[in-house]
Amino acid sequence: MTLASEQQTARPGAGLTRAGLIGATLIFVALVALFAGARFGLMLLIGLGFGIALEGLRFGFAGPWRAMILRREPAGILAQLLAIALVACVAIPLLAAYPGELGGAQAPIGWAMIGGAFVFGAAMQVVLGCGSGTLINAGSGNPVGLLALPFFAIGSFAGAYHLIWWTDLGALPILTLRGTAGLVVTLVGLALLAGLFWALGKPGSRGIPARYLVAALALAALAIANLVVAGQPWGVVYGLGLWAAKGAVSLGADLSGSPFWSAAGSVERLNTSLLTDYTSLTNFGMIAGAFCVAAWRRGGLDKALPSYPMRAWVATILAGLVLGYSSRIAFGCNVGAFFSGIGTGSLHGWVWFVAAFAGAFVGIRIRSVVGLEART
Amino acid sequence: MTRRLTASLTMVGIFVLIGLDLAGDPPNPYRAPPFIALGSGVAASGGFCGALPD
Repeated sequence: MTLASEQQTARPGAGLTRAGLIGATLIFVALVALFAGARFGLMLLIGLGFGIALEGLRFGFAGPWRAMILRREPAGILAQLLAIALVACVAIPLLAAYPGELGGAQAPIGWAMIGGAFVFGAAMQVVLGCGSGTLINAGSGNPVGLLALPFFAIGSFAGAYHLIWWTDLGALPILTLRGTAGLVVTLVGLALLAGLFWALGKPGSRGIPARYLVAALALAALAIANLVVAGQPWGVVYGLGLWAAKGAVSLGADLSGSPFWSAAGSVERLNTSLLTDYTSLTNFGMIAGAFCVAAWRRGGLDKALPSYPMRAWVATILAGLVLGYSSRIAFGCNVGAFFSGIGTGSLHGWVWFVAAFAGAFVGIRIRSVVGLEART
Repeated sequence: MTRRLTASLTMVGIFVLIGLDLAGDPPNPYRAPPFIALGSGVAASGGFCGALPD
């Protein structure tokens, strides 16, 4: 449905629905602020902003990569790189000025990290949803996103369980670009990458539409707010793994065999509320924000569910598991590694992007084979 | 069936998750950190997908 036709088909009671959405959202934020703490309420609000921006402006990560690979349309990736550059301009100086209070998305480059990023890049093209995309898709009623989400969480939990085994295969120390020199190198790198995509792009499709520019500005502002409020960058997959880990513990699982889940910090988080975990809060917010946008749009939730062959649903489950597992051993997804990694000066974010983009070529082929293509 | 069903299922799932979690580990607002990390003087300690276990 086009925006014009959406505006023409007014639905009786839409005003009441929208007032209810705003009211329910504000009550949700207020309850979290009241019963968990003001910072946590604010983090939920930031997550809602992410969800509203991503779904409302129809912006994401997997789709623009697909557009570049299949149709040589670089606009979406250029907008992503712009958003990362804006984040870097604020985040890298802040991290240098407040090294204790703020932490970056900094992780070691290693064999498993590279392989994990490649596999993640492939899997995200199968379901056309990365970390944030799966949340947004689920919140807006996409059945593929809804089915993939719990398996993404289970995969993330399992990947974290085995994380140390994977990093022991070989990893460099954490390498970061810091201070003014680090910021300059980051911006030059992003400009070169943008120039490469611009040059490879199809003539006539190289400009960034206003919608993408607004999305880039909104995501950058929200990501900086995330860093300033939480003391850590925007991330997704840690929270999903924590949901599954808490579920496993509640069912009697013993996680002492995992160096990751038995570490002091992990044990503390397993014994505290999800409403005090930053990535869980922004994840809840993204899902709720996407739901609100879909419900706000006229006809947004009236779209009929697609019909897929059984192998497509099986592929969705497998892709969800693989997305979760691979993003943990890769130290993040598009958000935690690519967006926040590069934006906070971590070299692993650059390596992650190269590996994941290569994997996306494979994933696009797999999507077609399993029957998820051209039936949405 | 429309997306109304699947979107509603997602939201129900999220609130069930939060409800079950609250039943087991209720938050304590009196132990909440300062409103904003920047300038708080408190070290960042949240879980993150890029972090090794601490």
